Amino acid sequence: MSACALRVFLQRAAVMCKAAHQTFSQTRAFPQCVTGSYTHSREINTLTNSLRAEEKVTVHFLNRDGKRITVKALTGESLLDVVVNNDLDIDGFGACEGTLACSTCHLIFEEAVYKKLGAVSDEEMDMLDLAYGLSDTSRLGCQVCLRKDLDGMILRVPDVISDARVDSEKESSTAPPKV
Amino acid sequence: MMTMITLMRGSVMKIHGLSSASRCLAAEGGVRGLSSSSGPRVCIVGGGPAGFYTAQQLLKARQDAAVDIYERLPVPFGLVRFGVAPDHPEVKNVINTFTQTAQHERCSFHGNVNVGKDVTIDELRQAYHAVVLSYGAEGNRSMGIPGEDLPGVFSAKDFVGWYNGLPSNKELHPDLSFETAVILGQGNVALDVARILLAPVEMLKETDITQNALEALAGSKVRRVLIVGRRGPLQIACTIKELREMVNLPNTRADMLPADFEGIAEALKDLPRPRKRLTELMMKAVKEGGDDKAEKCWGLRFFRSPVEVLAGADEKRAAGIRLALNKLEGSGESVRAEVTGQLEDVDCGLIISSIGYKSIPIDPAVPFDPRRAIVPNEMGRVQDTAGLYCSGWVKRGPTGVIATTMNDSFDTARVLIQDMEAGKLDLSVNKPGAQAITALLQTRGVRMVLFSQWEKINAEEEKRGKSLGKAREKLLDVDEMLKIAWS
Repeated sequence: MSACALRVFLQRAAVMCKAAHQTFSQTRAFPQCVTGSYTHSREINTLTNSLRAEEKVTVHFLNRDGKRITVKALTGESLLDVVVNNDLDIDGFGACEGTLACSTCHLIFEEAVYKKLGAVSDEEMDMLDLAYGLSDTSRLGCQVCLRKDLDGMILRVPDVISDARVDSEKESSTAPPKV
Repeated sequence: MMTMITLMRGSVMKIHGLSSASRCLAAEGGVRGLSSSSGPRVCIVGGGPAGFYTAQQLLKARQDAAVDIYERLPVPFGLVRFGVAPDHPEVKNVINTFTQTAQHERCSFHGNVNVGKDVTIDELRQAYHAVVLSYGAEGNRSMGIPGEDLPGVFSAKDFVGWYNGLPSNKELHPDLSFETAVILGQGNVALDVARILLAPVEMLKETDITQNALEALAGSKVRRVLIVGRRGPLQIACTIKELREMVNLPNTRADMLPADFEGIAEALKDLPRPRKRLTELMMKAVKEGGDDKAEKCWGLRFFRSPVEVLAGADEKRAAGIRLALNKLEGSGESVRAEVTGQLEDVDCGLIISSIGYKSIPIDPAVPFDPRRAIVPNEMGRVQDTAGLYCSGWVKRGPTGVIATTMNDSFDTARVLIQDMEAGKLDLSVNKPGAQAITALLQTRGVRMVLFSQWEKINAEEEKRGKSLGKAREKLLDVDEMLKIAWS
């Protein structure tokens, strides 16, 4: 298959999978880069790795333990894909497998990079709101896809605590109502 | 197909956190050739998210650890299976990672074992180097008001269990022939119940909701759902995703009381972003209301606490609820509701109390704090009891989402590992683990369900679901589950 035909095949697969997904899910919003099911992108990745070597992007993750992890990944991959495909040692990352049903792929971007990323959907914002350590440059990794102009960016993996409801709000839930 | 995509993603997706070398050798649990291993043996009580995430972290941190998960039901996954709403299938993707953990060569799942009844905690502590209690919260807080036991009043735990196929709730038969339902509590569980009560059947008919519930909901006369909280809009406990789903629910409109929102607009600017967005969404619902032609409506009601369930003229079932009106005292984190003396009666035929789940003690040998309804502990180490740990709701109380429990379980696992490495647990003693417990259970006539046997139940449920056009049709009966598991 020529590289061109391969690209068309990929695009068709993406459209089909996205369409199929949308008939079942009412509110799921997939990022533009998602190339359909993971099985598709796995097979394609090995085939196209050599073809797409020029579209590799370097990404640095600053892990919770302070260690820096550097990986090379392909444009089009989401940051969740990058973490999973490279088996990066980030505890509990991507629990819902990229379906905007959790906030465990929360990442903090450098300000200049964050500005390049574009608007955040309400759906992503809704889940981000549950993330501990929410910052002005926070995004969910499953919704951000690699592009050439993001080459060399440094991402901070925020700390987590054991309560998703943001610190300030709660009264002890085990206290009886005072009426 | 959605299920297929979800499952395919899971099966190809690497388990996050376990190294490639130690993954994915399908293991028949129970008696294994690891009896010669001298590594730490850990027992986990409870096969829900807390149990699985604790196991995952232990397996990753110690390449010589063997972990056994004991679960009372024949089926694993706890509230992921029985609590998460049927129209939230993505939230259930965590089942994929739990499945990989259960299939890990150093892990085994033992279903159909009632810890506390079939085997005691002390017996488990003798057989294992460490025991982790992850059995969650199977009870519920009661409102403590007269009339609470009248027909027509349910706990959210039971109502959710009913539509999610929890065997002990299969005979619930809630009467849905009344126009108004009142839900007490405004957390995500309350909003789930409201949404399931008002959602168009089309939205539910391909999910894993039980067929009984689907049919009951299809014939439901419920048209109005009020979700009542004792404090104000700024204290609402639900999260924005669930509120947005109510606002966007087809063929429904929002019916709010503007008076409940006095002073809220002014407070917006000082709120942190998450609370601000949530409040703005509520205010939008107050202002816009929605389609006047909508057949159904839902509303939030604030500053109201239930004081009595009112019986109908025949005295035989609930026909209304009496609410006390509150005012708020204090500010910030210490805002509390105080009585004003005013009362309000609401006619309704279905009352669902969603004021919290509650853990119960399962074994007298384990310390239990009845006031907080948790196992007293320090960072997951059970008070005054070496070698006993806890994770999840039984440790911290019944709040938070799955990710909350995940992080909490990782914390407990780390503490346990720390104790192993600091010599606080004597690993030089060989412990028999599952071999001893299996033998003991056999003498008591208790037969376990292994993970591969759960997979037969799973396959049957998917098969039945397929013929109904649904993701799965859950088996409702424990005996039927066992029959299929052991066939």
